[in-house]
Amino acid sequence: MVTLTQSNLQTMRKLFIVALAMFGFGFALIPFYQKICEVTGVNLLLKPAEISNTQVDVTRFVTIEFDSNLRSSLPWTFKPLETSVRIHPGELTTVLYEIRNTSTRAITGQAVPSYGPNVAEQYFKKLDCFCFTQQTLQPGESRQMQVVFVIESGLPKDVGTITLSYSFFEVEGAAKKAG
Amino acid sequence: MEAAHTHDHAHGHDDHAHHPTGLMRWVTTTNHKDIGTLYLLFSLTMFFIGGLLAFGIRAELFQPGLQYWEPEFFNQLTTMHGLIMVFGAIMPAFVGFANWQIPMMIGAPDMAFARMNNWSFWLLPPAAILLVSSFFVPGGAPAAGWTIYAPLSTQMGPGMDLGIFALHIMGASSIMGSINIVTTILNMRAPGMTLMKMPLFVWTWLITAYLLIAVMPVLAGAITMVLTDRHFGTNFFNAAGGGDPVMFQHIFWFFGHPEVYIMILPAFGIVSQVIPAFARKPLFGYASMVYATSSIAILSFIVWAHHMFTTGMPAAGQLFFMFATMLIAVPTGVKVFNWIATMWKGSMTFETPMLFACGFLFVFSMGGFTGLVCAITPIDIQIQDTYYVVAHFHYVLVAGSLFAIFSGTYFWLPKWTGHMYSETLGKAHFWLSIVFFNITFFPMHFLGLAGMPRRIPDYAMQFTDFNMIASIGALGFGLAQLLFVAAIVKCARGGEKAPANPWEGADTLEWTLPSPAPYHSFVTPPVIK
Repeated sequence: MVTLTQSNLQTMRKLFIVALAMFGFGFALIPFYQKICEVTGVNLLLKPAEISNTQVDVTRFVTIEFDSNLRSSLPWTFKPLETSVRIHPGELTTVLYEIRNTSTRAITGQAVPSYGPNVAEQYFKKLDCFCFTQQTLQPGESRQMQVVFVIESGLPKDVGTITLSYSFFEVEGAAKKAG
Repeated sequence: MEAAHTHDHAHGHDDHAHHPTGLMRWVTTTNHKDIGTLYLLFSLTMFFIGGLLAFGIRAELFQPGLQYWEPEFFNQLTTMHGLIMVFGAIMPAFVGFANWQIPMMIGAPDMAFARMNNWSFWLLPPAAILLVSSFFVPGGAPAAGWTIYAPLSTQMGPGMDLGIFALHIMGASSIMGSINIVTTILNMRAPGMTLMKMPLFVWTWLITAYLLIAVMPVLAGAITMVLTDRHFGTNFFNAAGGGDPVMFQHIFWFFGHPEVYIMILPAFGIVSQVIPAFARKPLFGYASMVYATSSIAILSFIVWAHHMFTTGMPAAGQLFFMFATMLIAVPTGVKVFNWIATMWKGSMTFETPMLFACGFLFVFSMGGFTGLVCAITPIDIQIQDTYYVVAHFHYVLVAGSLFAIFSGTYFWLPKWTGHMYSETLGKAHFWLSIVFFNITFFPMHFLGLAGMPRRIPDYAMQFTDFNMIASIGALGFGLAQLLFVAAIVKCARGGEKAPANPWEGADTLEWTLPSPAPYHSFVTPPVIK
């Protein structure tokens, strides 16, 4: 015969276990979502693109503007060597950015791209980009880095200008590991 | 049943016969009625603090341009108004109702874990102090919106840490309270009270408590991640370290959407007690009400991303979340239908609880419909983050949850205090509330459709008229709530003696007890036939 107190405590234990499991579930959502994004191809900003059709559409010009930002007082300078290019859709293009570490310590940074207008993102195919890896700069070191990209010819007709904007973030604690 | 409680004190626990008096009575109490009262008073206090912040918001928005506050402080006002109203006012109020009513409605002597019940409540005041004191630290209170989205929340000053700790404590309190409620309902019902004989208020709370146990820990996880991102070098939401700010939104809304049902299901329960009592008819479609409540709870777990239609999810995802969201209209429609069917051909009278219940039905349904509008992805992309959304959720939260709380308060005040409340004050409170509520929030629909963004202290000139109307309404609505306090105080101090059952049509167990309900009730459980 189970008393009321015993069955109450049993119910409480079960419910506390559910609560603890749900706390863990919150953290489990992180790898879960990453897997989903990988499988469905969402949010692949930092992975090389594969392009299928390299037909150059010479009847059309698109202006690509390059923008650069540094976040949270990262002591670097960061700028594109040319501020804009005028190209045809389908044309393989390479541009250079330059970063310099103006501080006296080694710093690792990660660049994250964004596109304006937003709709251009799916037509902007980066084959190579410095944003695919973290960049570690020794004190005073500077580096020129390339972005190789193709604008797919399916780009909507009303998009004449695309802004590619990079923000560099400091990856704290990473420079030491990178050595 | 009548005989069961008259001898309560004879075999009651000895230690309660000479329990501490004064302040220590309230600090050390393990009595469900005392704790219910504490919850309700706490919630009333927070309601006025949150209301004061809302008044600060509406004062600034009375005219375009910046009048009173810096934009940073305005953001703190909107954020803290939301956090205080959700976690400090609405949720504790329903827990207060649960504490008072559930043991009496199922014929139990007290809550299952009386000591833990005391602790659940007394965690709240320190949490509230932490939260409110964040206004006075460098950088001010949290200002990232009540949703504390990363990366805003990962960058703010120490006020955000205080907010996170407060949420952790309130979350722990909610989880303990819910475990208590589930255990009480499952194990301590009077003999003969099967699950399907429970009053609907008890049913809605059983389901709500399960929701709380399932999602409060997820919120705790999300804010823990914000905390470690802020101070311990993790990168859950930091794009530079491989994290993703959108991830925060996914985790937050996995909590956040069930949370909005946590705030409305007990309201459904209260209304389902009040309407049959004043229509003098049993509730129409009791079983379908139970199933509708359960389906709403289950659906609430698969609709969270409708808060995130503009974050760039694939069209298939948008379609899924759109249709899943619209599906919720079906069980909700069942409920509204049942309430109206309960009234149909009933001998209705309109005392204050019934007025608030009818007001709830009318205005909550409007909020439900604008919810459907918001669910349609292409429309949501237009109106997200505008005043249309603000209008929508105030229609369901103020006219929904809050009106149900008012309705329940007037309904059970005679049982709690032993006196009838003043019908004049109650009716004045209702009419002023519903009129000023609509003056405040109805124009916000137009503002939102015209494109006025929320959480911004300034606006374009063409929005001035509607904003002035809304601000005047807000002042009126706020002042009308003083009548609520007056009605409660008057009722607590004296007035016409309330009979055991002042409502002709009310038939649940608490009405078999004398008014005011004795300190210990149903020590010998009643038998339900």
